[in-house]
Amino acid sequence: MSGRSIPVVGPPGLVRTPPYVRTQLAGGLTVVAVPRHDLPLVDLQLIVPAGAVRNLRATAGLASMTAEMLDEGTKVRTAIELSEAIDLLGADLDIRVTWDATLAGMHVLSPRLEEALRLLAEMLLEPTFPEEELERKREERLNALRQDRDEPRAVAARTLARAVFGDHPYGVPIHGLEDSVRRLQRDAIEADYRMHFSGSRAFLVVAGDIDVDALFRLADELFGGWSRPSQDIATPPLPEARRRRIVLVDRPGAPQSEVRFGHFGPARNTELYFPLIVANTVLGGSFKSRLNMRLREEKGYTYGASSAFGFRKYAGAFSGGTAVFTDVTDDTIRITLEELQKIAEQGATVEEVERARQYLAYGFARNLEMTSDLVSALSDVVLYELPDDYLDRYSGNVLSVGVDDVRAAARACFDPEHVAIAVVGDRARIEGPLEKLGMPLEVWEVE
Amino acid sequence: MALKLELPYTTHRLSNGLRVFVHEDHSLPLAAVNLWYHVGSKDERPGRTGFAHLFEHIMFEGSLNVPKGEFDELLEAVGGTNNGSTSTDRTNYWETVPSNAVELALFLEADRMGWLLDTMSQDKLDAQRDVVKNERRQSYENRPYGLAFETLSKALYPPAHPYHWPIIGWMEDLDAATLDDVIGFFRTYYTPGNATLAIAGDVDTDRVMREVEKQFGAIRPGQTVPAVITPPARLPGNVFLTLEDDVHLPRLYLAWHTPKIFEDGDAELDVASAILAHGKSSRLYRRLVYQLGIAQDVDAYQDSALLGSTFTIAVTARPGVTIDDIARHTFSVLRELAHDAPVEEVLRAVRRVETAVVGSLQCVGGFGGRADRLNHYAFYVGEPDYVAEDLARYTQTTPDAISRAVQSWLLDEPFVALTIVPRGEADRALQELRS
Repeated sequence: MSGRSIPVVGPPGLVRTPPYVRTQLAGGLTVVAVPRHDLPLVDLQLIVPAGAVRNLRATAGLASMTAEMLDEGTKVRTAIELSEAIDLLGADLDIRVTWDATLAGMHVLSPRLEEALRLLAEMLLEPTFPEEELERKREERLNALRQDRDEPRAVAARTLARAVFGDHPYGVPIHGLEDSVRRLQRDAIEADYRMHFSGSRAFLVVAGDIDVDALFRLADELFGGWSRPSQDIATPPLPEARRRRIVLVDRPGAPQSEVRFGHFGPARNTELYFPLIVANTVLGGSFKSRLNMRLREEKGYTYGASSAFGFRKYAGAFSGGTAVFTDVTDDTIRITLEELQKIAEQGATVEEVERARQYLAYGFARNLEMTSDLVSALSDVVLYELPDDYLDRYSGNVLSVGVDDVRAAARACFDPEHVAIAVVGDRARIEGPLEKLGMPLEVWEVE
Repeated sequence: MALKLELPYTTHRLSNGLRVFVHEDHSLPLAAVNLWYHVGSKDERPGRTGFAHLFEHIMFEGSLNVPKGEFDELLEAVGGTNNGSTSTDRTNYWETVPSNAVELALFLEADRMGWLLDTMSQDKLDAQRDVVKNERRQSYENRPYGLAFETLSKALYPPAHPYHWPIIGWMEDLDAATLDDVIGFFRTYYTPGNATLAIAGDVDTDRVMREVEKQFGAIRPGQTVPAVITPPARLPGNVFLTLEDDVHLPRLYLAWHTPKIFEDGDAELDVASAILAHGKSSRLYRRLVYQLGIAQDVDAYQDSALLGSTFTIAVTARPGVTIDDIARHTFSVLRELAHDAPVEEVLRAVRRVETAVVGSLQCVGGFGGRADRLNHYAFYVGEPDYVAEDLARYTQTTPDAISRAVQSWLLDEPFVALTIVPRGEADRALQELRS
C-alpha cells in the first residue's frame, strides 16, 4: 500500500511534576504533600528510614517482622479489629520493608483520609506486638519460606544474593531464614521497634485530593509528639568481591533453568546514576535491550530477559536474569557474559544511547500518572536526599547523557570478572555443559 | 458518600465497520490507544488450542511498513510503552505514549490490522512458537501449583466447550500450528468489524478522528465472524481430582460454574469472594488461618467471562493437616455465609471495590485504565461508559442477595475439587465430601 509511512514524532511537551509542599513538624517528622483533585483519591506513605540492612545473619527477618507486626495489634485494637477498620474505609494498607526503609502506605478515597491516617498513626505509634500474633506470623512465614523452596525463581534470587554478598545482610533474604525466623523473640522485636522507629527521622508523603493545611494540622496532631532518639544503623562493609563463578542448585526434571547473574553496584547517590540507567536500558532494561533481543527474539530461548541496578543507600547491586529451556542453559550464560563484557568494554552506540535516553526521558510522564506514582517518586526524593527539583530535572538529566558518559559509567560499574551466576535447573542435564564454560562451578543445596 | 464517576466519550464508526471511542482528558500530556479484537481462546478448536494467544505474539513481529523489531523500537524511542493480552473472550493491544506520539501509535495498530500478512513468514511463526512454549514452561509447568487452572477448566467444561482448554494452549497443539492457520485466523478475526478502538487522554477528538480515518480507513472490511458454539456446561455431580506437583504443602481448589459476566449473581459472587478470602478479617482467613491454624493461605475469586464464569476457592493446608478438615471447615464457612451475610462485612467488601474502581480510572492507558474500560464495557454490555452502572451493581447489592448467591450457585451446585499434593502423596487428596 503506497502512501503509508511511519509518522515523524517531534519532541514532547515539557512535563512538570505537580508542585509539592514540604514542612517539618515539631517532633521532627517531615511531611510532603502533593494536591491533585481530578479524582477523590489519596495515596500516602509513611517512611521510616530503617530498612532490612540492619538485619544480622542471626536475626535475619527481624526488620520485616517488626514492620509486619505493626498491624497485628495496638493499645486499642486487636489484629482483627484493625483489619476490619481498614477494610471498612475501603482502604488498602501496604506495609513493607526495603533494604533502606520501612514503608507503611495507604490508598483510600479522600473523604476517608482522616480516619485512615488516624489508623496509620495508631499502628505506627502504639503497636503492642502481641505474642500470639507473633506465633501466627512466625508459622505463616516459616511455611512461606518452605514454599519458596518450591519456587525456582525465589531459589534463584536467593542463591544469587548469597553468591554475591555472602554473609553481608544483602546476602540474606529480607524475610529471613528458617532458623533465624524460628528464633525471633517478641522482646527483640519490641526493642528493634524502640530503637529505630521515631518521628524525628520519618517522612510522610501524601498525594491526591487533599487540603494541604488540613493535612498538616492533622499530621501535627497525630505525629507531632512522635519523637525519641533513634539509633544510627551501622552497615557492615561489603565482603571482598569473588571471582567469576557459577553456583548451581539442582531441580531434578525441571523443564527450564532459572539463570541469574549479578555483582556489586553503586549506591543511590552515585554521580553515575543517569549514565548507568541509560546503560542498563541498553543492556537489559527495556524490551529492545540487547539481552532480550538476543535471548528472546534471536534465539527464542526465553519469554524474556532483563537486568537492573538495585541502587541502595549504602551500596547497591546489579543483577539480571532469565528463564530458558534446559538444553540452552550454557549458551544463555555464554551470551549473557558476552553482552556484559561488551558493554563493560565498549559502552553503547549513539543510536542505542539516543533510544534509551528518549525511552527514559519521554516516558517519564507515565511514572507520574497515579497518586501512588507520585508518592513513590517523592519517597525516593526524601529518603535518598535527592534535590528538591529532582523530578522536574529528571528528563533533562537523562537527555544530557552522552555516549562517552555511558562508556565511562559502564566501564566503572559493570564487572564481568566478578559476576556470580546462579542457576536453578536439572543438574543431570546441565552440569556437564556448564563445566565446559571454563569457570568454577559450585553445587549448592537450597538454604 | 455519593461518588460520581463519569467517562465522557464520543463514538464514531468508519465505513469498514471499525467502531472508535474517544475520551478527552488533558491533565497530563499522555495518550492511550487501546484496541480490542473480539477473538480469544473461545474461538479456537480442539487440536489448535493456544492459537489466539500465539497470534497475539505474532502481531508484534512486524507488518508491511513496520519492519520486524521496529514496533517496540519506535515506541521506546518516543517514550511509549505497549502490551497485549489474550483471554478466553478477547485479545487486546495498547500503547500509552506522550500525546505528541498518538499518531505513531495509531499508525502501528493500523499497519498490523491492515497489512500484517504481507510480511508473514514461517520463520516468524517458528520463533514466536518457541517464545510461547517458553512462556508455558515458565508460567505454568515450572511453577508450583501452575497447572491448577488448566486442570480445573478441563474438568469443568466438556471437551467441545471453548473454555475446556487453557488460553496458553496444549504443548502439542502449539507444535501443530501452521502458516496456513495463521493466515486463515487473521483473515477471519482481525477485521475492522470485529474490533473496537478506544483513544483516551490528551487528544483533540476531531483531529484524532481524522488521523484514525487516515490510518484505518483503507483497511478492507472482513466477513462475519463464525459463531462460537457452546455446548451446555453443567457438572453431573461433584468431581474429585488429584495432581502431584513439586510442592511442600497440599492445596485444595474448589470450583463452580457461576453466572456470566454482568448477569445477576456475578457481582454478588465477586463480593462473596471478598467476604470469604480477601484480607485478614475475611471469613475463611479468620476461621482457617487465624482461629484454627490449619491453613497457610486462602484465596477466592469470581472469574467473570462471556460464556460462563467460575468461582474458585483455594486453600493451602499447613503441615500435618488433612484436606478433609480443610474441606469441612471451608464448607461450614460457606454455609454460614449463605445463612447470614452481615451488613458490615458486605460494606467492607463493596468499599474496597469502590476504591479499586476509582483507582483504576487514574490511568488513561494500560490494562484496566480508561481506554481499556471503554472497550471492556462496549464488548460485554454494549455501553462504553458503563463504569458507574458497573460500580452500582456493587453499591446496591444487599446482604440477602449475597447469601442467596452463595446458596444457589455454590452450595446447591456440584463442584470440582482438585487437590495438588506433594509427589508421592496422592492419598492425601480429597476424595469425597463428608459433612
